[in-house]
Amino acid sequence: MEKARIATLWLDGCSGCHMSLLDMDERLLEIAGKIELVFSPVVDTKEFPDNVDLTLVEGAVASDEDLEKIKHVRSKTKLLVALGDCAVTGNVPAMRNNFVLEEVLRRSYIENATANPGAPIQEVPLLEPKVIPLHESVPVDLFLPGCPPSADLIYFLLNEVLEGRVPDLATRSRFGN
Amino acid sequence: MQTIRIDGITRVEGHGKITIQLDDHGAVQDAHLHVLQFRGFEKFCEGRPFYEMPSLTARICGICPISHLLAGAKACDAIMGLRIPEAAELQRRGVHLAQIIQSHALSFFYLSSPDFLMGWDAEPSERNILSLAQKHPDIAATGIHLRKWGQQVIELLGGKRIHTPWIVPGGVASPLTAAARDEILSGIPEALAAATRALMFFKHMMDKLSDELEVFGNFPSMFMAIGRKDGNLCLYGSRRRHEGWLRFADADGNIVADNIHPRDYQEYIGEGVDSSSYMKAPYYKPLGFPGGVYRVGPAARLAMARQCGTPLADEALNDFRGKYGDIPQSSFQNHYARLIEIIFAIERMEQLLREPEILGRDFRAEAKANEPEGVGIIEAPRGTLIHHYKVDSNGMMISANLIVATAHNTLAMNRGLKQVADRFLSNQKVTEGMLNRMEGLIRSFDPCLSCATHADGSMELVVEVLDADGSLKWRIVSKPGVL
Repeated sequence: MEKARIATLWLDGCSGCHMSLLDMDERLLEIAGKIELVFSPVVDTKEFPDNVDLTLVEGAVASDEDLEKIKHVRSKTKLLVALGDCAVTGNVPAMRNNFVLEEVLRRSYIENATANPGAPIQEVPLLEPKVIPLHESVPVDLFLPGCPPSADLIYFLLNEVLEGRVPDLATRSRFGN
Repeated sequence: MQTIRIDGITRVEGHGKITIQLDDHGAVQDAHLHVLQFRGFEKFCEGRPFYEMPSLTARICGICPISHLLAGAKACDAIMGLRIPEAAELQRRGVHLAQIIQSHALSFFYLSSPDFLMGWDAEPSERNILSLAQKHPDIAATGIHLRKWGQQVIELLGGKRIHTPWIVPGGVASPLTAAARDEILSGIPEALAAATRALMFFKHMMDKLSDELEVFGNFPSMFMAIGRKDGNLCLYGSRRRHEGWLRFADADGNIVADNIHPRDYQEYIGEGVDSSSYMKAPYYKPLGFPGGVYRVGPAARLAMARQCGTPLADEALNDFRGKYGDIPQSSFQNHYARLIEIIFAIERMEQLLREPEILGRDFRAEAKANEPEGVGIIEAPRGTLIHHYKVDSNGMMISANLIVATAHNTLAMNRGLKQVADRFLSNQKVTEGMLNRMEGLIRSFDPCLSCATHADGSMELVVEVLDADGSLKWRIVSKPGVL
């Protein structure tokens, strides 16, 4: 049987969902026997490939680069999963939406700076005025909430998809803890 | 003039980019790390109750949430003006050690060891933990075991591996049961055996890594860490014991500023803005910006500590010092230092768990906000972490200042990048493996780029070399990995 082509992407989150993925521990090696991990922060692949069967996306969409990436990834992925509360709702990254972006930047780069104050402008992505969850930028096929979703739940989801079933997450997942 | 961009550093936490400037003859002029996302915790916490801060700031980082929980809880303890109960303190120290173990294991085995074991110039698709598991199953299994055990201890103490709500202002949310303590104790021999194996393996491997030792951030600089009264390795910094004050050492390890109370950190540390990165660059104020370079993290801690303070770790440290000298000047030594600290953390954990007070039923002190400000400082796995909160009379947040471990190393990482680029890139045809060494320099600092800007991002690597007029000269795109 041909191995499923799986990717993981990390936008504006904390890496906790990726750490939860690694919390599968030895089960990682079992999963690795069934899949090709074609793109992920933990492998050195640098360009998102074509024909990806499933992509797990951690984090919200916060910058012009995030937006560009998620659109690109969506166009190359059959099944897109919003992994964790930031991807599903915007969660903590979206807490800055209560403030004007300039004020948020002012705090870090002017008020809390003692040398060379001013917001960074070269080589860095442009921040969007509002942080949005994945589904406000592209269509999402599956939502797996949790902060983070447990390793058991991620393992369940991957196995269901590998078996050709749509995972029933309704009674298994929850937001937050 | 040409610029090489490594856009999307892989096998690090967070989203970063490296630029390298070459002159017309191909000689390296400069190299720079850019951190690419920003979240703004320092602002959006405004108006929220101070006691939310530990759980909120845990979401800065999924690798070291315990560090943010603890630094945040310490800042809250200071705002409440109390000393936490002994049982809480012992448990907080225990969970911190567990985090040091899992985070160091992640950094060493999952993120960095593929470079040493599969090779810097190996196919990019081979350089990862899953390929490692096929080629070197024993080493991968050791790494997976150590990370898993650290995470399990966190779960046994805090009920959850990532973002536990158990570390709270005033102490911890529930007491430790004898059964949970015994379960942790029962895992110590196996963990210690795994950590010792890892150290032996790397010690022998070091002989083949002399190039890396020579140029991966090998220069004299100041160091910073928190300290204990006896001068030994200090990770938590107990307020109860009046420990955990900041100290700076010069490049020879002489202490030049000592016993700096957390609330006075701003007298010594300034924060400079780098206009091409969302990560700020802290500096030693007496030397100014950008001259006041200092380093933090495992190698810096061992440079400043008298001893670790546990038998096997001290034996390993003495062995290390016998071979490389008292001051690990190369940042590549962070890898070795991490393995020594894992041994220390396991040994110290056993000592803490054997103290009867750890099972005490008095585990949380209550108070309202009694002070207008509080500062909490802790040694995160990757270096010193500072949380500083200001509150109004109702205990609502007015503002926060967070200086995270990775940021302290900003100036040093840029110097290290220049050094690696000079050695491997100057006047040569640039290969993917050479650029991987640039990323390897960054990995040796084990940065948390999402911590560094309280933000993070995703990974892709396309290397482009542009002519002075901006036209594309050539391009490297790494191949998709196959596992």
